[in-house]
Order: sequence, then structure tokens, then C-alpha cells
Amino acid sequence: MSLEKITCITGQAIHVPGDDIDTDRIIPARFMKCVTFDGLGEYLFYDVRHDGEGNRTDHALNDPQFSNASIMLSGMNFGCGSSREHAPQSLYRAGFRAIIAGNFAEIFFGNSINLGMPCVTVNEPDRMKLAEMIENDPQHEVKIDLINNLILIGDASYAFEIREGARESLINGKWDPIDELLGNGSKIENVASLLSYS
Amino acid sequence: MEKLNLFQKVWRNHTVGTLENGQTQLFVGRHLIHEVTSPQAFGMLKEKGLPVRYPERTFATVDHIVPTDEISEPYSDPLADAMIKELRRNCEETGITFFDVSSGMQGIVHVVGPEQGLTQPGMTIACGDSHTSTHGAFGAIAFGVGTSQVRDLLATQTLALSPLKVRRIEVNGSLPPGVYAKDVILHIIRKLGVNGGTGFAYEYAGEVFDNFSMEERMTACNMSIEGGARVGYVNPDAKTFEYLHGRPYCPKGSDWDTAINTWESLASDVGCDYDDVVFLNASEISPTVTWGINPAQAISVEENIPDPSQLFGSEASSATEALEYMKLQAGSPVKGTPIDVAFIGSCTNGRLSDLEEVATRLNGRKVREGVKAIVVPGSQIVSQLAEQKGLDSIFKSAGFEWRRAGCSMCLAMNPDKLLGDQLCASSSNRNFKGRQGSPTGRTMLMSPLMVAAAAISGEIADSREIFPS
Repeated sequence: MSLEKITCITGQAIHVPGDDIDTDRIIPARFMKCVTFDGLGEYLFYDVRHDGEGNRTDHALNDPQFSNASIMLSGMNFGCGSSREHAPQSLYRAGFRAIIAGNFAEIFFGNSINLGMPCVTVNEPDRMKLAEMIENDPQHEVKIDLINNLILIGDASYAFEIREGARESLINGKWDPIDELLGNGSKIENVASLLSYS
Repeated sequence: MEKLNLFQKVWRNHTVGTLENGQTQLFVGRHLIHEVTSPQAFGMLKEKGLPVRYPERTFATVDHIVPTDEISEPYSDPLADAMIKELRRNCEETGITFFDVSSGMQGIVHVVGPEQGLTQPGMTIACGDSHTSTHGAFGAIAFGVGTSQVRDLLATQTLALSPLKVRRIEVNGSLPPGVYAKDVILHIIRKLGVNGGTGFAYEYAGEVFDNFSMEERMTACNMSIEGGARVGYVNPDAKTFEYLHGRPYCPKGSDWDTAINTWESLASDVGCDYDDVVFLNASEISPTVTWGINPAQAISVEENIPDPSQLFGSEASSATEALEYMKLQAGSPVKGTPIDVAFIGSCTNGRLSDLEEVATRLNGRKVREGVKAIVVPGSQIVSQLAEQKGLDSIFKSAGFEWRRAGCSMCLAMNPDKLLGDQLCASSSNRNFKGRQGSPTGRTMLMSPLMVAAAAISGEIADSREIFPS
């Protein structure tokens, strides 16, 4: 099965400020009582988007100006905590196609790449400038160019970093590794047979 | 001969090859699954028409959603009931061994694996759960994965991964009385930061880890991910082998002797290279509690709650956000903070030695009126052994509720939840906002004995004062 080559993500961006935004914040555990990922988009950041009575708060994700956002900008250590793929799945199913942050927790990063959702790292001064531009003009189109490792917004451009292997997987349409893993059946058997345990 | 650390040796032994994007295809010898992160993976497998490649290498149990009071099915929560039935069906259809509630061997997956001897030195172990690092206590390379990777494991028993760097963390000297493995790992996270371990495997070493029991090593390795490290491990030694000897899934007879030789050879070589080495002094560690909304926001029970105005940059803004959420006063002693709930359990601190340590120190003390205190054993076997020793009666007569095995209030996917902004003294691993089931619920992490001290006092207390030795 050939996958989409993800070379450029273009769309509206939203700023969700804060460091150490954990996977429980992205999707509270009580919404993981499910046997499919369908519908998880609805519960994205549920507990900060709603007050105790279930009314919507003034969180950016509730702001109609950002309702078409497909790129999220956040702080350091985004996606820390649990390994739940429900977190990137809920972002993806809510329409997000890329995340920009100070850096990412290891497992969240891998889970996101496996969904074809790039996670790119930008330094703090540039994140602050990006946030300001997005907040001042929510209609700004943001472009994440994975060929040149640049974020383009208006006339400005900002460099980002992403692990090279992950970038290659995305731009070559190999972000879901299953077919390549399956293709090495005899090598897998060989390693299994050499192990000291079964 | 080239000198290697354990991570490098185990990685090498399990490498299938290099993938086009430069990642390693790594064979995973043991795969553990549970009801929350596996059903979608089985679904993806069916969609692709793929079989489970090595069903004998995957083991299942049910832990996150099981009620701890009434365990008969159907569960009162239809969603939870659907999840256990789905796991049971998937295991039956694919021939995967399932430690079901009726087996007497069910429990939290990271308690069950070691208990059954499924966790052994030199293995690669993966599970759709970030606390899989627990199994590193045995000198295994164990880590959490997402659900698409659970699919990859079911289909191929391999993963696409990038190797980690290795940081050796040596804790030397002797721990002061009343200081436990939980305090050591909270101290490490506090010192190295909540994301200090990103990209690293942590190799824990030094006198403190040498002297630790296997269960103490598990407590420390369990929380590696709270410091950002996906993997944490301790080199295998005589204690490791002693713990494993005779367990159901361990080698027997002459195979046992062969296994020990292999396992010993996998320990990090003396003089091998590390990407980083950190030394910590055991004597500086005190009974520790968290005051904030991530596990690095921790202080000694003798300290005052930090004042954001005396911190800098993002640390200050994080502290402000944390104190607002926690409704705590900057600069006040953390001791004396009133609590509503006390929780002893979880994959961090729900093992027999945790329960024994508390029960033997309770000494007739009672849970303070108005505090809800629950003890949730990590597995049915822990529960059974504790009951044989009469620990359940000690807890009950002290005013604790004695529950059935499961994850329970660590992440509150079952009926055990905080209500409103209740504050919980908890032996679990995460103090994130809303972690324990209420969007405004508050969690303070600490050792099981500190939880007991808080339960008895009705407020955060120094266990060394409440339980003088």
C-alpha cells in the first residue's frame, strides 16, 4: 500500500500555550473506554475546554476563529506521560495534521509520526513570534515545509528541527512501517531463532 | 573486546536490520497487552487480514478498567464490560495467553509480568503502556509503545525504532531511615527534570540500587518515563536471579544454569562507555512529596512549597499554574496540607513489600475520620499473599478499604475516582491535572508509608514522626 508523501502541511494554526502538556490533558483517561479510535476528536483537551458543569470555557480551541486550525503550536515537552496513541489520534481526528512545539516526549513523537502527523521543534524566541502572529491574525496561513525544514508564515520563515529518519519517512511516504517490517520475514525468524529465550 | 553497556548488547542481539529511513527493525521477545491499548490494534490487523505472527510471545491481562469492589460481570459500566470481553475474544481467537480475572493471576500488567517470571534479563519487552520501563529492573530493555506499534508487534514481533543514548545514574551512600525507592526516583526526576531523560535510557546503579530489593528496583524503573526516559534498567545480579528462580515462565533445571550464564554476560561491561553519567548522594534524599502537576515538582516533606516569584522563566510560570490548580500556598510548609483521599497501590507501589512495609508500621493507628483510604493490591497473587499474612485485616482494622487488584485510582478508568477538587495522597506515578478521574482533582505523589502517615494524620505528614522506628 502506498502512503501519501507528506512534504508540506498548510493550514490555519492555533496556539495552545504551556509546557509539559501531558497526554492526560490531551485526552483524559475516562474517554479511552472504547475499542476503536472513532470519535476521539470530540474529547480533545476536554477538561480544559469545559468547566465543571460541561460549559465551554474560553480556551483557544473553543474560539470559532480557530475552528479550522490544522496546526497546533505549543511549548516544551509536549505529549509527556502515557503512551496512549489516543492522544495523537484525538488530535488527528479533530483535524490536526502537524504540531509545532519546543520539543516532544519520545513516545508521543513516535506515535504521531506513525500516523503521518509531523511534530517539529522550534526554539523559544521563534515560537513566541509565531504565537504572536497567529494570535494577532488567526487567518494567517502557516506552511510547514518538510523538504527545506522551514515554517513559512506571511513574509517570515522560521527554521525547525525534526529527527532526520522521521522526516525521511514522512516525505517518502514511509511513515507507517508495517509493510517494510512485514517484508523482512525470514530475517525476523533468524533473529528469533538465535535468541536465548522463546 | 569491545566494552558495551547492557542496552547496547540487548539492542544488538535483537536487531533484525536497518530500515530505509535509518531506523532499526528490533525484535521484541515479549509483548504484553491489556484492554485499553490493544483492541484497536487487533482491529487494524483484521482490516489488513494479518495473523498474529508469534502468539506465544504475547501475554495479556486486564487491569485499567476492572472494578476493585464488585468484580462479577457484566460490569456496571457497559464500556468497561465491552473492553474486557473484546480482549477475551481477541485472545481466544489468536491463541494468546490471557491472565483473566478468573485465573487467580490477573493484575496490573507490570506486576504480573515479573511475578510470572515472564520478565527476564536481556529481553526486549514492549507493552502499550508507558510504565513498561518497570521491567527494566531485571536488566531487560522494556518500553511503552503506541497502539499502531502494538499492531506491528502482533503482526511481526518487531518495531521500527531509533536507538537511545544511555545515561548512567549512580546513587551512592546509604539512604536515611524512612527513605524509600519512591523517594529516590522522585529525587532523580526532580534533579534531572521532567524531560531530562528524553532520548535516553537510564541505567540505575550505585550502592543504593545494589542494595535495593527487586521490588524497590521496579518502583524506581517504573517512573523512568516520568523523567522523560522511555527505558530505565538495573544490571542483573544475584538478587535478580534469586527473585526469578522457580517462577512459572522461567527456565528450569540445567536450562536455569545456562540462563544465568547468559544473563550475567549481558550486564554492562566494567569500563564501558555511556553518553552521560550522573552521580547523586543518597544521604541528601528525604521523604519526598509532589506539590505540583508534574512529577518533577517535588520537595522534601520538610521543605516549604516553592514560591514562583523566586523561580525563573518557564519554571516560574509552571509553578504558578501548578499552585493555582493545586490550591496550595507558595512558601507554606507542605507538611500540614489537608488531604481527602489516601491511595496505596499502582504499578509503582502495589507490590507485596509495599503493603507489608505499611501494615507492619501501622501498629494500631487509625485512618483519620473523613479521609477515604483505599489499598489496591497490584495483582491477585499479591492480594492472596497479603491475605495469607493477615495484612488485609490490619489495613481494614486501621480503617482502610481492602480492594481487588487493578490500576484503580492511579488513572481512574474504573469506578475509583476523586470527586471535585479532592486532594489525594497517592503512591501512584502521575500528578497530572485530572489524572485521578476528576477534572479538578488534586494528586500528591509519595511513598506508601507517607500515604499512610497522611491517612492517619488527615494531612501531609512526615512518616518518620508518625511511625517512629
